[in-house]
Amino acid sequence: MKVGKDLVAASATPMVLGILAEEESYGYAILKRINELSGGELDWTEGLLYPLLHRLERLGCVESSWQSVTGERRRKYYRLTEAGLAELAEQRRQWATVMDALKGIWLGLGDRGTLTAIPLEGRA
Amino acid sequence: MTAREGQEELEAQFAQWRQYVGRRREMRPPDADELEDHLRGSVDELVEAGLNADEAFLVAVKRMGSLDDLSREFAREHSERLWKQLVLTASPAADARSRRDLRVMAFCAAGAALSIKAPELFGVRLDNDASASFYGPNVSLLVLPWLAGFLAWRRQARRSLIGILVALFALGAVAANAYPLADRSQSLVITSIHLPIALWLVVGLAYLADDWRSSRRRMDFIRFTGEWFIYFVLMALGGGVLTAFTTGAFKAIGIVPQDFIAQWLLPCGAAAGVVVAGWLVEAKQSVVENIAPVLTRLFTPLFTAVLLAFLVAIGWTSNGIDVERQALILFDLLLVIVLGLLLYSISARDPLAPPDLFDKLQLALVVSALAIDVLVLLAITGRITEYGTTPNKAAALGENVILLANLAWSAWLLLGLVRRRTPFATLERWQTGYLPVYAAWAWIAALVLPPLFNYA
Repeated sequence: MKVGKDLVAASATPMVLGILAEEESYGYAILKRINELSGGELDWTEGLLYPLLHRLERLGCVESSWQSVTGERRRKYYRLTEAGLAELAEQRRQWATVMDALKGIWLGLGDRGTLTAIPLEGRA
Repeated sequence: MTAREGQEELEAQFAQWRQYVGRRREMRPPDADELEDHLRGSVDELVEAGLNADEAFLVAVKRMGSLDDLSREFAREHSERLWKQLVLTASPAADARSRRDLRVMAFCAAGAALSIKAPELFGVRLDNDASASFYGPNVSLLVLPWLAGFLAWRRQARRSLIGILVALFALGAVAANAYPLADRSQSLVITSIHLPIALWLVVGLAYLADDWRSSRRRMDFIRFTGEWFIYFVLMALGGGVLTAFTTGAFKAIGIVPQDFIAQWLLPCGAAAGVVVAGWLVEAKQSVVENIAPVLTRLFTPLFTAVLLAFLVAIGWTSNGIDVERQALILFDLLLVIVLGLLLYSISARDPLAPPDLFDKLQLALVVSALAIDVLVLLAITGRITEYGTTPNKAAALGENVILLANLAWSAWLLLGLVRRRTPFATLERWQTGYLPVYAAWAWIAALVLPPLFNYA
């Protein structure tokens, strides 16, 4: 199963903000983290990630700086700002609403015993 | 392959990749750095997983997806960059250079704008009818040295070249002012028309700087001329809007700014525009590079159709051409247009492409223009032998002969090209080699014709 393009795009912003909330990071590492978190099911491209990072920077949600950690290459690190934190909180609220609604529907279906008919792939 | 060799090859591949990315306008060098770091991250991981360096590079690039998709995404986020390219360039060194260019350009444009008003200090006002005889021949002398100066500065011209430029402009000043040209004389008009052409080719000398012999560089100057013209017209349109708005807005509060517009806004704006247009062409060659050739592509078939229709009409009605002075000038202009169409399609043609339909169309255009011109020439020589000659007729005739010679030989070369006998480069060289002929004629018309006709 691959997650559809639209859903990937819609969830991109909260995902990046969330990862940056853990700690400051750079492009390649963010992409790896997303891969790790989704078990490789989320198909992210560089063409999605970097323009998104630049957009978030333009909107003031993140700040970037070129840093060289000892023994590593010089990299462009992104860090969450206050505005970014607020945006993350807002995104979380919105996603919580969406997820609650979906759960409500699907659990309702589950009550009638049809949920078991929908196989949940990739969740071992 | 040793690890070191592999590493070197990898670096070469990265360098090449960066070159490809660098060509994308949407991506700036910092973006390329960021993406390169990403790519290196992928490569390192793949090498750790056991691939060798160049395999890893291939896989990593493939994973990144096509550069087209990538830059489309970048363009979506950074669409402004495509516009900023008009005035800004990418790397810091080029940035500094373009800022310096901008400052010098602003200085030269201000100089041109002030020069056009400077004669007023000596009582030669723009609105004065009597001073038309001053501004007519002198306007190009006041403005073009600034453009030539800007180009010479930009190319860091040698002193000898600067000396030549100064001498030529001085010669132009002599041609414009030393002769006793009466206010309504034909000679005054002829000098006013030919001196700007002569001086524009002096600007060309500044443009070419060191390689004035190189055919390709001369072709660049021809392109420069076309693009300069287009930029200038565009700015004139903008200036028209500005003027209309200024007039309307101030009129609304009871102030009529007519004097300001006629005395300051228009002359100074136009003079500065000459330099700014030159700078724009220099700064942004790639943005509208192709406008002049596109226009030629559009109009070549149309002009061919009109000329052929005209020839058919002459043959059908057997009406001769009524050669008044206006008619002669009209047909001179026709030859200039045909030559322009030819020049600008040459300037954009791929020298190695085989002859196609468009080349044949051009041959038809040139041949029909030639046929018309021969008819005109026959009529005019008849009139000159009958009534004697005037400066106007001499100038018009001289132009006609020069253009005719150029187009006749061009037609021959085009025929060779269509029949695959002559290479395209011959045609290109012929046109660029002909530039000094125009210069010589323009100088003759400005310097020799007036005394020859007793300043009539």
